[in-house]
Amino acid sequence: MAADSYEDIAVDKGDVIPALEVPPQELYHAKSFWTKWIFCQDAKVIGIQYSITAIAIGLVALVLSWLMRLQLGFPELFPFLGAAEYYQFVTMHGMIMVIYLLTALFLGGFGNYLIPLMVGARDMVFPYVNMVSFWVYFLAVLVLVASFFVPGGPTGAGWTLYPPQAITSGTPGGDGLGIILMLISLSIFVVGFTMGGLNYVITILQARTRGMTLMRMPLTVWGIFTATVLALFAFPALIVSCIMMTLDNLLGTSFFMPAIVEFGEQTEYSGGSPILFQHLFWFFGHPEVYIVALPAFGIVSDLISVHARKNIFGYRMMVWAIVIIGGLSFVVWAHHMYVAGMNPWFGYFFATTTLIIAVPTAIKVYNWVITLWRGNIKLTIPMLFALGFIVTFVNGGITGLFLGNVIVDVPLSDTYFVVAHFHMVMGIAPVLVVFGAIYHWFPLITGRLLHEGMGRFHFWVTFLGSYAIYFPMHYLGFVGVPRRYFEMYDSEFMAVSTNYLNQFITVVALIVGFTQILFLYNIITSSKFGKKADKNPWKACSLEWRTPEVPPTHGNFGKELPVVHRWAYDYSVPGATDDFIPQDIPASQVPNAEVEKT
Amino acid sequence: MFVALLLVLVTLGSVAFHFWSPWWWTEVASNWGNIDGTIVLTFWVTGAVFVAVCLFMAYCVWKFQYDPNRKAEYKPENTKLEWILTIFTAVGVGALLAPGLIVWNKYVTVPEDVVDIEVMGQQWYWNYRLPGEDGILGLTDLRNITDDNPFGINLDDPNGLDDILIQADDLHVLIDQPIKVNLRSIDVLHDFYIPQFRAKMDMVPGVVTYYWFTPIRTGNFDILCMEYCGTGHYAMRGRVLVDELSDYEEWLSEQMTFEEMIASNGKTDLIKLALNKKGE
Ligand code: HEM
Ligand SMILES: [Cu+2]
Ligand SMILES: [Cu+2]
Repeated sequence: MAADSYEDIAVDKGDVIPALEVPPQELYHAKSFWTKWIFCQDAKVIGIQYSITAIAIGLVALVLSWLMRLQLGFPELFPFLGAAEYYQFVTMHGMIMVIYLLTALFLGGFGNYLIPLMVGARDMVFPYVNMVSFWVYFLAVLVLVASFFVPGGPTGAGWTLYPPQAITSGTPGGDGLGIILMLISLSIFVVGFTMGGLNYVITILQARTRGMTLMRMPLTVWGIFTATVLALFAFPALIVSCIMMTLDNLLGTSFFMPAIVEFGEQTEYSGGSPILFQHLFWFFGHPEVYIVALPAFGIVSDLISVHARKNIFGYRMMVWAIVIIGGLSFVVWAHHMYVAGMNPWFGYFFATTTLIIAVPTAIKVYNWVITLWRGNIKLTIPMLFALGFIVTFVNGGITGLFLGNVIVDVPLSDTYFVVAHFHMVMGIAPVLVVFGAIYHWFPLITGRLLHEGMGRFHFWVTFLGSYAIYFPMHYLGFVGVPRRYFEMYDSEFMAVSTNYLNQFITVVALIVGFTQILFLYNIITSSKFGKKADKNPWKACSLEWRTPEVPPTHGNFGKELPVVHRWAYDYSVPGATDDFIPQDIPASQVPNAEVEKT
Repeated sequence: MFVALLLVLVTLGSVAFHFWSPWWWTEVASNWGNIDGTIVLTFWVTGAVFVAVCLFMAYCVWKFQYDPNRKAEYKPENTKLEWILTIFTAVGVGALLAPGLIVWNKYVTVPEDVVDIEVMGQQWYWNYRLPGEDGILGLTDLRNITDDNPFGINLDDPNGLDDILIQADDLHVLIDQPIKVNLRSIDVLHDFYIPQFRAKMDMVPGVVTYYWFTPIRTGNFDILCMEYCGTGHYAMRGRVLVDELSDYEEWLSEQMTFEEMIASNGKTDLIKLALNKKGE
């Protein structure tokens, strides 16, 4: 095990300075207010722009969730809220949360801000394209918002946009502009994302500073990197299905449209396949889950390690797990279609691949909790969110084993069990990581700390609240309560008590929702009046905290780029005086530190 | 201390909720009780992992709280432990998958002695078709659908004439009789689901999907549409009544065949057409 044992990868022996592989990059310098703050080419500013836009549109999705919950808990409360509106809310809520909030925030927001800083680059490799990427995303959001105001309103086809119903008149927005704007907005989003995504990937591959080998990158970068690669492969399936559906809708082609009778009228369509759309959609849609999850995996690994003052356990295994999960995520898509009417023989294949994914995923969970073992755990707010993430993620992950196992999925699919499962695993869990990450990097971005008391309150209400919303919801699914139901009426199979459960969930959802307003208040006031933070308040090893100025300025690293001598996780190294050794510290500066052989 | 305690409470609270909350699945009314079996198995296996991980985490949080005079352990890897955990997980996953696939195999293998029936979905109600005396469902084509021929039955196919057409909410089935439901939609996706039967499958315009089940107890069961199908999705309800033989036959005798239906509409030329094809 000499050549590839862990310490050869992790730490330079002696003061070697690795050769420069790619010549340094010319930096763009903005001259006016417009190029500095609006059409800005600095990845940090672009990251903030992405984040603010994503959170703003995310708030719309949050408000929609309140209205839906009110309808589900107290159907009599808003007589003006009808079935059509409900379905429009469901659709827009789901689509915004998944695409316009989480994807944009993790990749566009965190990716832009953190990648150059963490790999020791001055900026993304294509700053101009990066700037355009944000504005294209912004345009996609505007088109999406516009669909709320067109006659007939936004589409109510469900976020999965399944044809035929997505483009027929029995669906809200189906025969008007609603669905068209949705398809256009998604296509624009994919275009914008591709510009940004190529940037993230090439920056990580080409612009790492000296000594920053791939196996020394923080897991945050690994997570964002792999997620971006997935997205670059997955989004094409989305954009082609959007275009094909637009053609079906506007020009009367029949890619996805078989012959149908629409409310007694024969139509011109013939020969298309609705199931083809589902394959295309989920070929994108399943990797999409990991596009959201992998950055969260990466970030949470770093949060746990920093705040437990201990190296992440099994770093190499963690990297491989991310990569393997990413690869496997392209061969499991049809587990969303077990009861969609595809050939039942596919069930064997997709159930097997899906359950195999559980293995690398479980390894990640084990490694997170083993990292805590014999750590020196600081229960800071980011750490609390990381712990909350593990609980929710494990919970959501094991219900994935139910739904992935084809026969178990049969009774549960399209019930509230599914709603609970995906909210736990790709809604709440990643959102908890987003919060943890914001508390963690806020001092880097603003130089100030978020208010501690408000933060802890925010954590406990959000974590316990969302657990209380979604854990019991699984049991509604066992009872058989279907998802996407505007109203249940009296149904014999449901005990009356399920209504009380629905009311409870609604009340808690409102409380959790309003607590997010407090969080926004905290962000806004603390960025102006918060307590001044030290330069590296959490004593982290990775490069983003090693800039000469905090918050980092244009170009990130001043005159000289840092040279990396070790991996990102040298916490509590025996013999060293401090309990952390930043990545750019050579062995000669920490003479007593000894790296244990493994 | 406080944090660890709450983590323990969340974990144990989940377990307590699982065992003591009143919400659990309905009593099964079909032969698919072994699907429930696979769910229970999954609960035990995954539940154990959930509790173990969460309690371990709570223990660490309690035991290894920050102390400036202490240093965390420095142990980047432990290949042996990582392999043990990997194998342990793989075995657990295999233990879930194998029985799951066996039951799935049953689900997709239709036995010989089933009776074919058809359920046809359209926005936003159900129609049913029984094969009639010949035991064969006549062929259909969506293009044939008119007011007089709501199922689009092929007049070229004589097997269709005696098909029994039910354009009402209620479908009656005979207890202990294995049934293959052929699922058809004429407009958008739907899904035919009865919670107590456990089985479900989407209906897709352009193809006929199916599943099979055997009702094992009498009673009235709600039909729910389980695939979003437009504004009326939530209202697309129906009922299956599982009958003993005498009740079933009484109900059946009240239903109309396709032939009777055309006749009652005064469209006897259609019948002639069909009978001509039959060579009579
Ligand atoms: C506490 C915050 C949230 C609440 C209260 C909430 C509530 C809801 C409700 C009531 C539905 C509709 C269920 C139905 O009728 O089928 C729904 C659907 C959905 N939600 Fe959330 N949600 C929240 C956060 C999120 C997040 C963070 C995500 C991000 C992944 C998300 C993604 C979705 C998706 C994809 C759907 C499915 C939409 C569809 O059926 O087409 N939600 N949510
Ligand atoms: Cu999936
Ligand atoms: Cu439906």
